[in-house]
Amino acid sequence: MSNLFDLLVAGLATGAIYALVAVGFTLLWQTSQTINFAQGEFVMLPAFLMLAAMHAGAPFWLAIILGILLSMILLGLAFKMLLVDPMTRHGVLPLAIATMALAIGLKEAVKQFFSAEASPFPSIVPTGDISILGHAVSLQSIGVLVVAILAVFGLTALLNRTSLGHQMQAAAQNPTVARIIGVPVERMILLTFLINAFLVALASMLITPIYLAKFSSGEVLGQAAFIAAIVGGFNQVRGAIAGGLLIGVLDNLAAAYVSTQYRAAVPMIFLIAVILFRPQGLLGRAEERTV
Amino acid sequence: MSGFAKPLKIALGLIVIAGLIIVPMNFNRYGLFILSQWAVMSIAAMGLNLTLGYAGQVSLAQGAFVGIGAYAAAIMTTHGWPLPAAIVVAIALSFAVGWVLGYPALRVQHHYLAFVTLAFSTLAFLVFRNESWLTGGIYGISNIPRPHFFGIATNKPLPFYYVCLGSLAIVSIAVWWLIRSPWGRAFMALRENPLRAQSLGIDTRRYTLMAFAIGSALGGVAGALYAPLTQYIDPVPFNLSLSLDLLMMVIVGGAGFFLGPFLGAMIAVLLPEWLRFTEGYYLMIYAVAVMGLLIWSPTGILGILDRHMAERRTKAASALRAVAKSRLETAQ
Repeated sequence: MSNLFDLLVAGLATGAIYALVAVGFTLLWQTSQTINFAQGEFVMLPAFLMLAAMHAGAPFWLAIILGILLSMILLGLAFKMLLVDPMTRHGVLPLAIATMALAIGLKEAVKQFFSAEASPFPSIVPTGDISILGHAVSLQSIGVLVVAILAVFGLTALLNRTSLGHQMQAAAQNPTVARIIGVPVERMILLTFLINAFLVALASMLITPIYLAKFSSGEVLGQAAFIAAIVGGFNQVRGAIAGGLLIGVLDNLAAAYVSTQYRAAVPMIFLIAVILFRPQGLLGRAEERTV
Repeated sequence: MSGFAKPLKIALGLIVIAGLIIVPMNFNRYGLFILSQWAVMSIAAMGLNLTLGYAGQVSLAQGAFVGIGAYAAAIMTTHGWPLPAAIVVAIALSFAVGWVLGYPALRVQHHYLAFVTLAFSTLAFLVFRNESWLTGGIYGISNIPRPHFFGIATNKPLPFYYVCLGSLAIVSIAVWWLIRSPWGRAFMALRENPLRAQSLGIDTRRYTLMAFAIGSALGGVAGALYAPLTQYIDPVPFNLSLSLDLLMMVIVGGAGFFLGPFLGAMIAVLLPEWLRFTEGYYLMIYAVAVMGLLIWSPTGILGILDRHMAERRTKAASALRAVAKSRLETAQ
């Protein structure tokens, strides 16, 4: 039993990180029909920005702030202005392909300018275990969970409780009407890109101490986030959160109980089943089909 | 592309074909390998172009079918079967699996379909990696023989390049015929407006499955040539990034244009090689080039040409109109 408990905690911790990444992914989809195939690389990059700041002599806290700011400029502002804005009117597919190219570019840039080797990354949470209900639980898992949950609650509160959040939702659901009633739609879309950049930077800071900073680490993460987003519901923030947690737990349980060789297959089969039998996702609304 | 006069187009085509036959004769081993790879990837991209460009079904699984074809060919030829037999099996196998993968497309479209096929791609990779009794697992299959045709051994790079080029020619003719047949028209009807296609009496269900199956079968052909080309295969080249690369080739070349896959494969296979002199930067430059191209022309390279032609035709037409108008005015 204690094994199952440990697996659940570890699964929830990775799942919470997937959820952060998946939430950003769905935000971009909702506001600008961007399927960001570089989302995994977006998580990989901020850790390197933080490491670069530390190499330049900044203390850890300053490096984190700089890393988050820089990724909001690069992965939020520049990504939107330089790539998404010129392409968004040409439909979903060319933009999706362009983000694939961006993923290659980001990986290669990190490999070239930083290192092809994995680098260690300091943790914001002290390492060690504490005892909960007689189980030793790593502080890191708890720290990750707490930060991720706070971020998600903060975001949901922003979206549902504030006027700004309502404007963002209006811009996402019906841009034309939103514009008529005076919502600055363009600014709202930019805001979602900045929020996405903030979330991936946060996820980067949380996950890199566990898996090390490596140029290729985005591939697995990006896929997990896609699956989480689809499973939970592509058009719902809470769907992406549930999907992330579910995929994290499923992945950990599959590794323990199915086989380590086929652990990656379990979320995939789950994904296919969800798409075929409930395409709108577990918590999503059915999208109106255009014929 | 009717802007060119027909004889000119034929002459241009013949020059390119003659160039592909004659120029590589004094290429070195590596040059021939890259060019053979271009031919193989063109075949795979042509298959995806049928599925995506003509029938409008997004697939992120073409790399998996290249893998299925490659493993079929590797396993059979290392057990003494001739390559043509292996190609037939690769086609049949990819056709059947592609047909089954088409079923989700009857239910979901666009990004959902993309993700189903993406999941399939990952599953196929896991099978290649884990079923070592069949595929050799991470150690792969080595010493894949190259075939003999009419008593001529194709062990050397140049003869095998001609095998790849010949296969590319056969596939191109078959695809050319297919897209001009009623089937090709049905595929395009499916892409443009499935509902209308159905009301015109086109069995959209069958054609969707067919679009997947035929496109996948061509992926299988490409794989069956890839195995003897590299003479060693392991699961790594057939992971998701091959599927993404092939999709990129089709879009960059120009989806829905017959020549698109050739150009796309050229950019994806040859451009990184030409950029080798930039050393570590070549893939970065390649990525930036692809993004720049797509920003400039989301319909790919042939989209630029197509637009240019259309503009010229409108200009010519309006010039004619202006002349006719002034004539009418002087007549009054």
